[in-house]
Amino acid sequence: MNRILKAAQILRAALREIFDEAAYERFLRRTHVISSKSAYADFCRERESSQARRPKCC
Amino acid sequence: MPCCYALGYRFYSKFIAAKILALDALRATPAERLENGRDFLVTNKWVVFGHHFAAIAGPGPLVGPVLAAQFGYLPGTLWVLAGAVFAGCVQDFVILLFSVRRDGKSLTEMAKEEIGRVGGFVAYAAVIAILLILLGVVALVVVNALKDSPWGTFTIAMTIPIALSMGLYLRRIRPGKVLEVSALGFLLVLLAIWGGQWAAQDPAMAHVFTLRAPTLAILIILYGFAASALPVWLLLAPRDYLSTFVKLGTIALLAVGIVALHPTLHMPALTRFVDGSGPVFAGKIFPFAFITIACGAISGFHALISSGTTPKLIARETQTRMVGYGAMMAESAVAVMAVIAACVLQPGVYFAINSPAGIVGQTAAAATATISSWGFPVTAAEMQALAQAVGEQTLFNRTGGAPAFAVGMAHIFSQSLGGATVMAMWYHFAVMFEALFILTILDAGTRVARFMIQDALGHIYKPLGRTSWYPSILATSALIVGAWGFFLWQGVKDPLGGINSLWPLFGIANQLLATVALCVATTIIIKMHRARYAVVTLVPLAWLVAVTFTASWQKIFDLNPRVGFLAQARALALGPATSATARLIFNNRLDAAVTAVLVVMVALVLIESVRQWIGVLSGREEARIKEAPFVMTRLVEERG
Repeated sequence: MNRILKAAQILRAALREIFDEAAYERFLRRTHVISSKSAYADFCRERESSQARRPKCC
Repeated sequence: MPCCYALGYRFYSKFIAAKILALDALRATPAERLENGRDFLVTNKWVVFGHHFAAIAGPGPLVGPVLAAQFGYLPGTLWVLAGAVFAGCVQDFVILLFSVRRDGKSLTEMAKEEIGRVGGFVAYAAVIAILLILLGVVALVVVNALKDSPWGTFTIAMTIPIALSMGLYLRRIRPGKVLEVSALGFLLVLLAIWGGQWAAQDPAMAHVFTLRAPTLAILIILYGFAASALPVWLLLAPRDYLSTFVKLGTIALLAVGIVALHPTLHMPALTRFVDGSGPVFAGKIFPFAFITIACGAISGFHALISSGTTPKLIARETQTRMVGYGAMMAESAVAVMAVIAACVLQPGVYFAINSPAGIVGQTAAAATATISSWGFPVTAAEMQALAQAVGEQTLFNRTGGAPAFAVGMAHIFSQSLGGATVMAMWYHFAVMFEALFILTILDAGTRVARFMIQDALGHIYKPLGRTSWYPSILATSALIVGAWGFFLWQGVKDPLGGINSLWPLFGIANQLLATVALCVATTIIIKMHRARYAVVTLVPLAWLVAVTFTASWQKIFDLNPRVGFLAQARALALGPATSATARLIFNNRLDAAVTAVLVVMVALVLIESVRQWIGVLSGREEARIKEAPFVMTRLVEERG
């Protein structure tokens, strides 16, 4: 049971990482702000300057 | 199949890890040393695995094996298995580790530092060339899947307002709740698939959404331009999230469907087309099977991912084996699923879908007669019934691989979930899945190429390098979209279906990038004084050089007009002149020139690398590698 729970936690963490939710949380912690429209807009801007440059494979 | 992967992972990757790379669990990785909470971040190894797999898995391992199935199921399957275990996984693994030891540097930077300026320049040029050819060819796959298909076109058109709504929802209503909005977006896409049948049945709607290939090509070119110039949060990011969500779910579903159903393969192990006379694309099994299937076996593009985001997340060197080698094995398994999806179809049906009208004839009767004469019986009535079952007007001449994959996938799904009554839904789900993902690559690829061009132009005139300066954004977007749009237009107008010319060109470009990556890897291994083990990267390198150089030579100089670009240009010049003849001749000569330039550039890298190897091995040159200095890890609790 513990193993299943751990697997589910890891899957959730992987999905949150893939879908940038974890990155947004880190951004909020790093910039010491709470989630808001403007905070998310700032996060998107930061993301665009770094992550949007990464190629996607075929 | 699982045995090959298990043996490869358990023994071969462990041998590489221990004897060549000497992975060191005590050495701090850039994720630890340079952690900034942004790009560099110590991350759970399974999370990195998922992230890396999501980045490397695209439509390539689905489309390539479907096209190569014209040789039978065996060549593609063997190449996918052996290529992955001995070449693709090795490339991804070693490049990932070398990037980790160099502060997460990119392949281009490593090529410049370890091989020389020529290496860096060629890697840069190869990346741009591959991006442009890739974008043109994948756009062609979408055009061929959606032409004369009101249902499919409606569904894909609906994904644009869905993505825009997702962007606005994320920005204004629930900031940052991407998983939640992706699930909502997925439900809306399912609704759009279901609604597509009404669009196909209603005469007025069907008229609007029944589009011919040139019209679709123009719309996709305009879309690519808009997606490149719009703010990333509005369209690019939401579509990216949506397509990743759909992709991961569909791959999992397909795996479950195949395991549950154990479908029978109808395609023979080998077909008569190993002699090079195949209708899907011309050329013999060697070298063309090995450039047609790239991503499922070895893909140079993966080296960009392995030296991009992933090395900045790895917590310990020892995890590079599981992430680099393991994720590529998972991608290879996806390619095997694509082979199965193509080969569960009756061969006659497979060839009727994938053969261009220029080869099998313009009418259903002519096409079925030609295909049946090859020993793969199929009737017009059978094709008509299949088209009706999947909600299409016709399935003849749907080249590009995506429609055949969609029919195979619908066949597998409908037998395990829902029966024949929902086959049309499954077919359009599969088309939507492929088209959605390909359009995401168009968005992201155009933007990445735009940034690369802007970076380069910034050295000439500073404002051009500013990614927020709109004149520069518009000019470089137009340049990139115009370049891949040219290849797309060429494919749409090609009487042989476009895929015949463009997919090999893409395969050659992609495998040439893998050649550059393996040159970098071999050079570093030799400089690490592990020359006696360099065979691990030298053998795949030698194989790729043989494959790509032979394929390039044949694509340029072969006397068969279906294979050689120059021979086709000559045949066109000698044939009856039409309004399109001059353009087709020019296109073929341009393709020949592009191939030649790519090969010459990679030959330069190869020569430069060999010069380095000889210098180091003979003691004339010092073996100086550019690794970051050793720093002891502080992640003591995770050692071991």
